[in-house]
Amino acid sequence: MSDLQTPASPAGAGAASSDAPSTATAAANASSAQATGGRSLLPRNTLLRHLVVLVICAVGAVLLLESTDLGFNAQVGYVAFYAIAAGGLTVLTGLNGQISLGHGALMAVGGYTTALLLDADEPLPLIVIFLAAVALTSLVGAIVGVAAARLHGPYLAGATLALAVGLPGLALYYNEFLGGEQGLTVSTPDRPDWFTEIIRTLSGGSPSGVKWIAYISVACLLITYFLLANLMRSRVGRTWRAVRDQEVAAELAGINLGTWRVTAFIVSAAAAGLAGAVLALVVRLTAPTAFTIVLSLSLLTAIVIGGLGSLLGALIGSVLLVFLPRLLRDAGESLDMDAAQAAEISYVVYGVILVVVMLFAPAGLVGSIRLAWLKARARRAGARARG
Amino acid sequence: MTRSSRRLVSFVAAATVATTLAACGGDDSGGGGEGGSEGNEASDVGITEDTIKLGAHYPLTGVAAPGYSEIPTGVEAYFDFVNANGGVNGRQIEFVYRDDAYNPTNTSQVVNQLVLEDEVFAIMSGLGTPTHNAVTDFLNSEGVPDLFVSSGSRLWDDVEEKPYTFGWQPDYEIEGKIIGQYVAENFPDAKVGLFLQGDDFGEDGSAGARQYLEDQIVAEETYVPGNTDVRPQISALQAAGADLVLGFNVPSYTALSQLTALQLGYDPQWFYSNVGSDPELVGSLLARFSEGAVSDASLLDGVLTTEYIPTVDAPDNPWIELWNRVWDESGLEGELTNYRAYGMSQAYTMVQALQAAGQNPTRDDLVAAVEQAGSEWEGPGFAPFRYSEDRHAGYSGMLVSRIVGAGSEELTPVLVTDNGDAEIEESDAEPATPPENGIPDEEPIN
Repeated sequence: MSDLQTPASPAGAGAASSDAPSTATAAANASSAQATGGRSLLPRNTLLRHLVVLVICAVGAVLLLESTDLGFNAQVGYVAFYAIAAGGLTVLTGLNGQISLGHGALMAVGGYTTALLLDADEPLPLIVIFLAAVALTSLVGAIVGVAAARLHGPYLAGATLALAVGLPGLALYYNEFLGGEQGLTVSTPDRPDWFTEIIRTLSGGSPSGVKWIAYISVACLLITYFLLANLMRSRVGRTWRAVRDQEVAAELAGINLGTWRVTAFIVSAAAAGLAGAVLALVVRLTAPTAFTIVLSLSLLTAIVIGGLGSLLGALIGSVLLVFLPRLLRDAGESLDMDAAQAAEISYVVYGVILVVVMLFAPAGLVGSIRLAWLKARARRAGARARG
Repeated sequence: MTRSSRRLVSFVAAATVATTLAACGGDDSGGGGEGGSEGNEASDVGITEDTIKLGAHYPLTGVAAPGYSEIPTGVEAYFDFVNANGGVNGRQIEFVYRDDAYNPTNTSQVVNQLVLEDEVFAIMSGLGTPTHNAVTDFLNSEGVPDLFVSSGSRLWDDVEEKPYTFGWQPDYEIEGKIIGQYVAENFPDAKVGLFLQGDDFGEDGSAGARQYLEDQIVAEETYVPGNTDVRPQISALQAAGADLVLGFNVPSYTALSQLTALQLGYDPQWFYSNVGSDPELVGSLLARFSEGAVSDASLLDGVLTTEYIPTVDAPDNPWIELWNRVWDESGLEGELTNYRAYGMSQAYTMVQALQAAGQNPTRDDLVAAVEQAGSEWEGPGFAPFRYSEDRHAGYSGMLVSRIVGAGSEELTPVLVTDNGDAEIEESDAEPATPPENGIPDEEPIN
């Protein structure tokens, strides 16, 4: 029941340096209480429960991809790479309380690795390439993480900002190797025969390259979220939260703050690396203009609007990131604006929506719904106790 | 001989169109489509009995938007003009363009949408090297014609790998060659400095210029797009004693280099490539960057540059007269600018391609039309296109001019050449004049 204390007094004792994320993520943390609440049909064992969710989501994803047209399939790929990176950032910012403005640059590491490895005469299997992208980005993440572990708040943001500004410049400097401003084109790996067969039996249609990439993206997304979800509910996740909420207490309990901050950075960098790899496949190009500070800020936007500390929130935030500007633009065009005006207005309205969400749902969309639900439950429980 | 006979044909054809139009001019209320679409079929994706859908991507927002975001309004205005006069083979052109904010991730997203959801017949005029580079693979694997890319990169002339992609403007290398030769002949004693954008634009331009200027070049300075401090580069050029600077840079860097040179008291002869020399845009950027200290493009007076299509400073040019008429009729806001004239010129070529592709074209017919007939098309461009079954390169030449006040004076005849060590020659083609009704009339290739 101790979990319920947090949302009941959101300001909390507030001793730690990171009040804002702790308020916003309190609701997300409480979801373990949801599992112990006993009314769920899902198994109690965390791993088993997540496996069941994974299978349900996988089936849902196949149904979604097969029931929609290729245009939608293509958009799913964009949601996937934003969501993978946002999931990693959720671990770092939501769980561990570190802010990174450099995740777009970490995505560039994954993207360029993928582009270079796919460019070989006989490229390695895609899965090996993806693992290499993840490994290399984790390494960069470890280095940044070690530097970042000593920094806090705005200083950390500044250090990672330098990463976002500096890293894409490498592509220009090592022009010959990394393709300079015009970037490296990514050759799409051929789709295997078994995939063609399966899609034929599933929907009768012949699968195009777009569909193959959509499936790869969704598979990466599901696997990443499965792994991250398990990690967040494990001892590791609890330790990260302890480091975030109560630095002093955590240190007194024998937790080495630095080590755990670096681990969080490595895990989130690994996710960013995979996201970059997926981006390379989806966009078919890695160029410095794709990995500017705007990308890093978009990822932060996604996790904040979705709900800090929740993977579902990161996913919802990413969906909004991909579809909201588009819906707004189409709405603008249907109001007889020309394309340029509609594009400009869509950014303005997008910004306004962000501000409104922050004002009225400071815990993000998912966080606010959870908070409301938990409050209602606490009221009911209180009523029962009195009666 | 061929030219005059073709002109006769186009005149007769124009006359026919005019009479037909006059004949069905009575019922504006919608009967026109039916009349024109006789024998029309939905022959491929994006083509119905009475419409053709074309798609494009431009930076409508963000850093690259000034100037470039005007191009699609020019394209649109010309297509509206063609549509109002019966369209192409009785089909109305629908032009759908979307914002990519000059970010390749967005470009691939909006082009996916244009091809897979909007189901366009072809992509045209996609703007930018890194941005468009993100979508050529996709377009070629889907078999979507990718015509007249708005960039002078040589990436679009690759028939083997990208059979559906075509360039349009003269590429940066031939521009570099023509500039290089002009400087070598007219400023043989000048110490030349190069001011380059750090991508293929700067590289190709420099490679072309070096063919003629290798011994004269005393410094080469590169800037990274996005970094707005060009003081190190400009002072290095000054320190090297360059008294003539060739700039292969975009308009904002023309303004930045001018202001920086002004601060440093550095006054070489400037020579900007066509991309960076639009006086109106550079003037407005100068005013903005200097916070009003410099109010117009007077800094550019005497600057050398190149031209390959007529610009708005020549209001008596028959093409500019036509563009002005088109723009006035479009009812769109703003004035005719060089960027809009650029869009209209591209749209004119596009109409030629659609006409040549035949009455019920497939996507492959459109590609074949450009390959087979493209090098013969007359239009606003000063030099012919280099299109053939082996080449997808755009215009073959340009002329050198000097910016004087708000206008410019031509310093050379039209010079044509090709990539590599091809000679630079004077063009023997006479400048084309637009057809009476302002709409091209090409014979179908099959």
